[in-house]
Amino acid sequence: MNNREVDITCDLMIIGTGMAGMAAALFAAERNIKTVQAGQAGQLGFASGLIDVLGVHPASGAQIVDNPWQGISRLRREQPDHPYARMEIPEIQTAVQAVLTFLEKSGYPHISHVEKNMHMITPAGTIKPTYALPHTMAKGPAARAEQKPCLLVDFKGFKGFSGRQITESLADSWPGLRPVRIGFPGTSGELYTERMARALEAPANRRKLVDAVLPLLGDAQIVAFPAVLGISRTLEVTDDLEAGLGVPVFEIPTMLPAATGLRLREKFEHQLRAMGIQPFFQHAVSDVAASADRGWIFTVENQAGCRRIAARAAILCSGRFFGQGLHADRGGIRETIFDLPVVQPTGRAAWHHKDLLHPEGHPVNQAGLAVDDSFRPVDNQGRAIRNDLFTAGSILAHQDWMRQKCGSGLAIATAYRAVNACRDFLALGQTPYL
Amino acid sequence: MQTQVLIIGAGVTGTGLARDLALRGVSCVVVEKRDINAGASGGNHGLLHSGARYIVSDPAAARECHRENRLLKSMAPHCIEQTGGIFVAVTGDDEKYAADFPERCRQCEIPVRTLDTDEVRQMEPALASELIAAFEVDDAAIDPFKLSLDNIAHARQQGCRLLRYSRVTGFDITNSRIRHTKVLDELTGQTRHIEAEVVVNAAGAWAGIIAELAGAQIRMHYSKGSLLVTQSRIARRVVNRLRMPTDGDILVPGGTVSILGTSSCRVDSPDKIYPEIPEIDAIIDEGSAMIPELATTRYIRAYCGVRPLPADNRGKDENADDRCVSRGYELIEHARQPEKIENLITITGGKLTTYRLMAEKTADRVCRRLGIQEPCRTRSEPLPDTVDARWTEPGLAPDTWLRKSNSDDVLLCECEMVPESIVTEIVEGIRGQDGRPDLKAIGLRSRIGKGPCQGTFCSQRLAAFLYDQGHLENREGIDELRAFLRERWRGQQPLLWNRSLARAELLEAMHCGLFSIEL
Ligand SMILES: Cc1cc2nc3c(=O)[nH]c(=O)nc-3n(C[C@H](O)[C@H](O)[C@H](O)COP(=O)(O)OP(=O)(O)OC[C@H]3O[C@@H](n4cnc5c(N)ncnc54)[C@H](O)[C@@H]3O)c2cc1C
Ligand SMILES: Cc1cc2nc3c(=O)[nH]c(=O)nc-3n(C[C@H](O)[C@H](O)[C@H](O)COP(=O)(O)OP(=O)(O)OC[C@H]3O[C@@H](n4cnc5c(N)ncnc54)[C@H](O)[C@@H]3O)c2cc1C
Repeated sequence: MNNREVDITCDLMIIGTGMAGMAAALFAAERNIKTVQAGQAGQLGFASGLIDVLGVHPASGAQIVDNPWQGISRLRREQPDHPYARMEIPEIQTAVQAVLTFLEKSGYPHISHVEKNMHMITPAGTIKPTYALPHTMAKGPAARAEQKPCLLVDFKGFKGFSGRQITESLADSWPGLRPVRIGFPGTSGELYTERMARALEAPANRRKLVDAVLPLLGDAQIVAFPAVLGISRTLEVTDDLEAGLGVPVFEIPTMLPAATGLRLREKFEHQLRAMGIQPFFQHAVSDVAASADRGWIFTVENQAGCRRIAARAAILCSGRFFGQGLHADRGGIRETIFDLPVVQPTGRAAWHHKDLLHPEGHPVNQAGLAVDDSFRPVDNQGRAIRNDLFTAGSILAHQDWMRQKCGSGLAIATAYRAVNACRDFLALGQTPYL
Repeated sequence: MQTQVLIIGAGVTGTGLARDLALRGVSCVVVEKRDINAGASGGNHGLLHSGARYIVSDPAAARECHRENRLLKSMAPHCIEQTGGIFVAVTGDDEKYAADFPERCRQCEIPVRTLDTDEVRQMEPALASELIAAFEVDDAAIDPFKLSLDNIAHARQQGCRLLRYSRVTGFDITNSRIRHTKVLDELTGQTRHIEAEVVVNAAGAWAGIIAELAGAQIRMHYSKGSLLVTQSRIARRVVNRLRMPTDGDILVPGGTVSILGTSSCRVDSPDKIYPEIPEIDAIIDEGSAMIPELATTRYIRAYCGVRPLPADNRGKDENADDRCVSRGYELIEHARQPEKIENLITITGGKLTTYRLMAEKTADRVCRRLGIQEPCRTRSEPLPDTVDARWTEPGLAPDTWLRKSNSDDVLLCECEMVPESIVTEIVEGIRGQDGRPDLKAIGLRSRIGKGPCQGTFCSQRLAAFLYDQGHLENREGIDELRAFLRERWRGQQPLLWNRSLARAELLEAMHCGLFSIEL
């Protein structure tokens, strides 16, 4: 293996381009670690574009957390296996803040109340607790709290997003919502989020949108749209609409695939490259070999061909079943790249509850990689398997981000610890084996 | 509310009986605690038996099946796919059973043709290579949803009324007659009293529970069977394992999919039943001995139903396989039973294949009680193909949508290509029957939610559309989403490995991770 030809040599290989992989690449770049990143990211990994830290605890009690940091300190006591329990709260705060600062500098600022979760409206007419919202959505929760008269615009042909559904569902808590349906400027037939969001980057389309909405404004003091207000120039799009309409605007998340996911992906892909990460976006890691002296040799490929990359250390951020970091067959669950041991319920019968919405959450969602305090995958004795292999994000065991509403926060925080541990390893020049 | 006949249960028996009676000019009301085919009629294999499966265990039922098989093929051809069927034995199967098979078929007047093993593998390339015997019979695939929906639609044209979500909770009985039947409206919580000259208990596996409400006793056992739907169709014909009936020994095609089954497990109650994982695994393992591909193919749904087994019919051996119990039906006139209720008749047991015969025999008794002389017309009058049931057929919605190619008619379900216009048509149909067009009812009447996305996307799109059209109000949509996804989940939960597990994760990421519908 070792003598096969290597195309690229680096210190750190990051596998995955979801939130965990991107956050890890950002932290690695900030620490001047020579890094290659490979992954097959669609925008789905970022989905709604909300940055959750901890929205619900305990999940089984469906208890909405008001202050995420107080929530985490309780979680750390009550679920000592949870990945958050391996970290200190200031460290998690620093990590999340670093990503928010990065997004702000990239022209896509986010708003958070630091000590308090925000309550965001969803297209199902429900309310979801979250930590930080993109600036495009930020004015929504306050307008709802103040019961401002609000015009909710949706578009003919944009399925799965009904202003009426949202208005009817929230009638008790926000009687001032008023839905209107208009045609999307310059189109007919079925509408797709990405196309709409890109269309609104053109000033002419924004003008048409303003012209269509102005006559409907009535007493509205704020206007809501589905989350299609631009991709890379959201600040410009929202400023322009607000100037044209004379009132503030905000977005409500859409179903998937969402423009919000695309925005995050574009920002990361663009900026990380500029910060010196060597990217293999849309590439799969198809093979890996470990060597005693040189860390790892990865084979990375896409349709165009394959590359061999030697790295002194690796951070695995390959996600769960949807991200393809984990794979299940009838007999059990395995980790797809290194074949690491996976903590899992015994037997498929114990994977899921018979009720989809069972308050305990499905046990299979807590399956994943067990780690030590350096976020190195461990064996069933709790011993790190290698010194030069770290992991972060949703692949970690003992968490259920979907029920706990902690997806992005967990991805970012664990990536932060993993990168720092990896930096220490690289600085010490240890051997890969313990 | 008054009627000549009240029918309890809208499975294939109840709906078939409604049509039979309606065609004889009898006024009837059908009450159903949930929706059409909520019981065994919606949880079966969809096999129109040639009868060959029962030649040893129940020759009388075998004969009956065969006669009805031929009759239904001419009376309801639009509900049936004339696939033909084969029986195959693999190495290790009982050779004597195989050797006796053709003669026993002939004794039951079931046509059978001996196939050589090369020929059969050419006919069905998916079959295992180690075959030791093969025969061809005239099995077929029947769509039970279309059948029941068409039966009730035809009955309604003759004046019959259907009350869905209406559960029978008790009877007012005086002087050995049911004066009123108490029916709870599950949606409004109100109880109505229905006055009928004759009450027919066609509640399938629940028949014993209904009888008990009237102070009568029918001893019953419940045998649950589970089935698995493959993502694509694996064989052209019905494929049966040539041996005494057991687990995982039949594969029935149904449009673009195949259905593998079944199992037989005793359960204590016909309610709250699930396809269990060990059962599913056993079915797959057995099925793949006959068709190896079944071990690796993708399954999109599992479901189950309960067979009512009249306890008195059972053999002496307490541990005998429930599949050996007669599949013949039970027709009980309670006037002649110890409880002596003049106007209650129970029809239970039997098979989908023989539903028409069961309805005929029951209607004969009902008419005798009512003093009506009209003969049965379902033997000679074809079942009309109605629009109510049109959109349950795989492939029809996409064809229609592609042909019309109207870009304003957006697809609410992209997997099965169901556009707004079809949903509108279904909604109008449900409204026309005084029904509420909820997500589950629309799902039942179309392919929505049955594709690979498992309902992730179409559920919310459908909810949004129903709000837009004014069919949903207030917070109803959230309850609807929960109910629809929970219902879909029942069928997915035992099959979540490989890509299906990834899709289930996406479903939960969107509906819990983002929408927080569990909160
Ligand atoms: C529907 C949905 C809704 C969401 N809503 C929210 C929300 O409201 N709030 C919130 O904070 N977060 C939300 N998220 C995002 C989510 O919480 C986290 O961002 C995510 O779960 C963390 O992901 P990750 O980076 O660990 O894994 P993933 O995002 O799954 O990324 C895994 C990465 O690994 C790559 N990979 C796997 N195997 C290989 C291989 N062999 N070779 C190369 N690459 C490989 C994949 O291609 C992918 O890039 C949502 C996500 C989804 C899908
Ligand atoms: C696993 C399995 C596979 C099968 N495969 C086949 C096959 O391939 N071919 C074949 O010919 N036969 C098959 N059968 C048999 C066939 O499905 C049944 O014989 C047939 O569906 C029975 O129909 P039914 O209308 O009598 O009962 P059901 O369909 O069970 O109808 C009874 C109805 O009564 C309703 N009800 C119950 N209680 C109340 C109440 N209190 N008030 C109002 N309504 C009530 C229920 O909701 C239900 O809808 C199979 C059965 C099972 C279980």
